[in-house]
Amino acid sequence: MVKARILPLLAALIAPMAGVAADEPATMALTLKDHRFDPGEPAAPAGKPIVIEVTNLDPTPAEFESKQLRVEKVVPAGGRISVRVRALTPGRYRFYDDYHESTAEGFLVVK
Amino acid sequence: MLGALIIVFREVIEAGLIVGIVMAVTQGVRGSRAVIALGVGAGLVGAGLVAGFAGVIAEALAGVGQEMFNAAILMIAVVMLIWHNVWMASHGRQLAAEVKRVGDDVRGGTRPIAALGVVCAVAVMREGSEVALFMYGLVASAGSTALDLVIGSALGLLAGVALTVVTYLGLVAIPQRRLFAVTTLLISFLAAGLAAQAVLFLQQAGVIAALSQTAWDTSAILSDTSLFGRVLHTLVGYSDQPSVLQVVVYAATLAIIFVLTKAFGGGRSHAPKSRGPAAAPAPAE
Repeated sequence: MVKARILPLLAALIAPMAGVAADEPATMALTLKDHRFDPGEPAAPAGKPIVIEVTNLDPTPAEFESKQLRVEKVVPAGGRISVRVRALTPGRYRFYDDYHESTAEGFLVVK
Repeated sequence: MLGALIIVFREVIEAGLIVGIVMAVTQGVRGSRAVIALGVGAGLVGAGLVAGFAGVIAEALAGVGQEMFNAAILMIAVVMLIWHNVWMASHGRQLAAEVKRVGDDVRGGTRPIAALGVVCAVAVMREGSEVALFMYGLVASAGSTALDLVIGSALGLLAGVALTVVTYLGLVAIPQRRLFAVTTLLISFLAAGLAAQAVLFLQQAGVIAALSQTAWDTSAILSDTSLFGRVLHTLVGYSDQPSVLQVVVYAATLAIIFVLTKAFGGGRSHAPKSRGPAAAPAPAE
């Protein structure tokens, strides 16, 4: 466990700070209605930071969450939020509404 | 009903553990119960306000209000916990050695328990607001199963309170002279974990972009959304997919606490030798 924590720390110290901040992020919009995401499997480009906008059309609050994307944000009823996600490698990244996980789930498909 | 119970319980685990730990840390200190009750009460009121103004907070600061708010209150908790540990390092050992033995806690009252009251307040506020939003959603959507779900949520809250009680009882069962070392360690890891959480919000807001790559992925072994993972998440800051910066900040927080504790803990060597309480017959609780 100690080793697991130290290794990335060393890597972080040795590796130069990656200049991802300068990249223009890709933007992607999602809507929530009847506790379902639309689109359910949005696509996004790899290697670029992504800004995800979530609009909640339901009359109840939601919490947009994804472990893999490392985001967690309350979306008020009828509200819109945006979160910033790091540049990703190709793959499928699961996201969901923490309050209605059984219906409100989707995958960000990074290519 | 079970679904709602689990959702709510998962949300309140962190606050439940933190309040339990704080109760154990301040056990026997005069006035500490009132301070904790005040902290929890203020946290509940704050939770209602945060939930009620969720829309306003989300739109504040060009859309990153929620992240900055979360990061700020997490950092407040971190600072308070560090302060407590450093203060205890410079004064506490003496108090624990002398005061507890004679059963006179009057001077213990000078401890910075207000700092821990604040920690309770922010923990309850942060998680309570999410529970409030979830339950509001249940009531607002008033289906036939709404009552069922509300009961489930209430049971989830009760389970959180039970967790506080179990944590407290578990900790105070530890012999008094070891409790200090255990809680100091607990609070250090707790602070480091909360600091790492604050980083997550800053990265999500786009305030910090550096070192955002994933340090490791142990979600297949132990997901931090599972109940046990969630408990570890609070206690030692366990995360199944942390960013490199989170790991760096976690380690840095522990290092800062260690250095400050050493720097301000110098008075300890002048304290009555810890042989004292050890030699005395162990009090039967």
